[in-house]
Amino acid sequence: MSTLEAVAIHHLSDGKQPAADGYVRLDVDEAIWRSLAQGCRDGLHALNALWYDEGQMRMALLAPEQRVRAIVSVATANGVYPSVGQYHAPAIRLERAARDLHGVIPFGLPDPRPWLDHGVWPAQPSAVTIPYRFLTSEGEGLHQIAVGPVHAGIIEPGHFRFTANGEAVVRLEERLGYVHKGIEALCKGAGIEQAARIVARISGDSTVAYGFAFARAVEAAWSWQPPARAVLLRGVMAEIERLSHHIGDVGAICNDASFVTIQARCTLLREDILRTANRCFGHRMMMDCIVPGGVIIDLSTDGLAAIRELLIRLEVGFAGVIRAYDRSPTLQDRTVTTGIVTKALAAQFAAGGYVGRASGRAFDARAAFIYPPYGDVAFEVPARSSGDVDARVWVRIEEIAQSTAIIRQLLDRLANEPQGPLRVAHGAAQEGEGAALIEAFRGDLFVCVRLDAGDKVARLHARDASWFQWPLLEAAIEGNIVADFPLCNKSFNCSYSGHDM
Amino acid sequence: MRSLLLNALLKGPAVIEAPKPTGDMLAEVARALGERARRRLGRSLAIREIDAGSCNGCELEIHALNNPVYDIERFGLKFVASPRHADVLLVTGPVTWNMRQALERTYAATPDPKWVVALGDCAAGCGVFAGSNACVGPVSAVIPVDLQLGGCPPQPVEILKGLLGLMAGSNRRSPQAVP
Repeated sequence: MSTLEAVAIHHLSDGKQPAADGYVRLDVDEAIWRSLAQGCRDGLHALNALWYDEGQMRMALLAPEQRVRAIVSVATANGVYPSVGQYHAPAIRLERAARDLHGVIPFGLPDPRPWLDHGVWPAQPSAVTIPYRFLTSEGEGLHQIAVGPVHAGIIEPGHFRFTANGEAVVRLEERLGYVHKGIEALCKGAGIEQAARIVARISGDSTVAYGFAFARAVEAAWSWQPPARAVLLRGVMAEIERLSHHIGDVGAICNDASFVTIQARCTLLREDILRTANRCFGHRMMMDCIVPGGVIIDLSTDGLAAIRELLIRLEVGFAGVIRAYDRSPTLQDRTVTTGIVTKALAAQFAAGGYVGRASGRAFDARAAFIYPPYGDVAFEVPARSSGDVDARVWVRIEEIAQSTAIIRQLLDRLANEPQGPLRVAHGAAQEGEGAALIEAFRGDLFVCVRLDAGDKVARLHARDASWFQWPLLEAAIEGNIVADFPLCNKSFNCSYSGHDM
Repeated sequence: MRSLLLNALLKGPAVIEAPKPTGDMLAEVARALGERARRRLGRSLAIREIDAGSCNGCELEIHALNNPVYDIERFGLKFVASPRHADVLLVTGPVTWNMRQALERTYAATPDPKWVVALGDCAAGCGVFAGSNACVGPVSAVIPVDLQLGGCPPQPVEILKGLLGLMAGSNRRSPQAVP
């Protein structure tokens, strides 16, 4: 009884139904918990999140092919539970983080080191008493290169410890947690309006996706239906956000291979997108535009036209970028076969977004666990199998075309959708829980929110796509030259803030 | 590649007109800066950006300053890779406890004279993260701040206005000192 499907079927045969958010909720004992963890290892289902909530460790599991998803909980006994990471490596950092934040002990976890706790938090007696020990590499002529937390570029802080032999990277180890802002603790006790504003700033580049996920989670908890027009607008915003980052990152990747002209063109296109967003939605990044119950701003007829015109400019402008990328062998020399993520690793880590899709894992939350408005629009999920920087670039290029097509379909429907309220009030606030899985530009992000009897957040957990992508970057750079690290890193573009929370 | 280059040459610049520092902004800058600024600096500022806990929103808009529309380098403003090359530290985010030491060390590594700009609502006053146990506080709780620019995130034009004000303010206050 180790497959998620078997457990879920057994559960459902008891007459219980999946909750409104599509998740089956299961309370299991330690034996089944272990067996489900081993199922993650054996590839029977995917680990999608793992967090602590008042005396329980919980994990979100997905079996995308069977369309089954579940949140499984095991009671911690005196703060101890069987480690998932001892069977399934992708859980290790999640468990280290939960141990740092909540003091809960994963029994059997192979890595005793802290993760988010750097030993400097004043409010909590730190368990960190010894200096952080990086993993070792042994061999003749090896040297270390320590980078960060303050990097040379305008990027977020994190530490990278390279061990290299000449130019070749033997090992990269990441040390993250520098921008840990205590977001989950801060949300506890916050009203949903305030929590929505905080969640929208978990990772500024995915502010629409986070707003979307939080809204859907709260709506699921309260059986709250946002108006049809608001749902369409959410889709438009989410796809505009995706376009802006995919185009920006294609340029930035080329820039890291010194193709500045392509970068300049892409930044112009990105600026065009942000200005159009500002004109249509009143904010360049559309921050706080999606709220539980709906959205705060409508698209006027002018706005609809402005976005249609933007899409035409993007298509024309980006076609030139694709041509330049496709016809520059010296650029492809840098990207092809660089930073390969194997199919096996992408599958093991259930890596979301272009990182997974460039390595043969064709998972997209919009298609696998359809949520509105994506049930009514036609689109494809581009995927490649070579797993290198080039594949990640092409997946993004192809996703840009898909997003453009999605926005057009949504705009057509908006043009026919009568004007009406953009946000509806909710019924009586009640205790409840909701979860949501949203496809952000970088991959699927998961939000689970438990609400108390007032309208306050009792527990919020958010898991950025980066959690399952960062470890793969360590694998991707192995055997590559140090100078290709920026290229690899940019092709992943993992979030630091989204990860550190 | 050739067509992109040709296109860039034939189309003409995308650059917008330089924004004029507005009254409020100048007043703030004037207050924030002393004569020392003018004495040491010509019309050029080297900026080191430090994310001390930001959500990455401010970074995206700072990035935009480098695009051909805002083209920040035409004003003599340049982002540099090391604090040792910097005149200005542009700091974002509520300062997290985990970043405090790195921020202090980066400040210490920046040669005098130096100025600190706290960029965005979080850097200026912690923004939505106010009250978090994992955050020390705004930038001013850790290092001295010369100028605060609010916004969540501030738009590129606003950042540009602030930085231009920083320069204009420093030039106006002590004209005798230009080398």
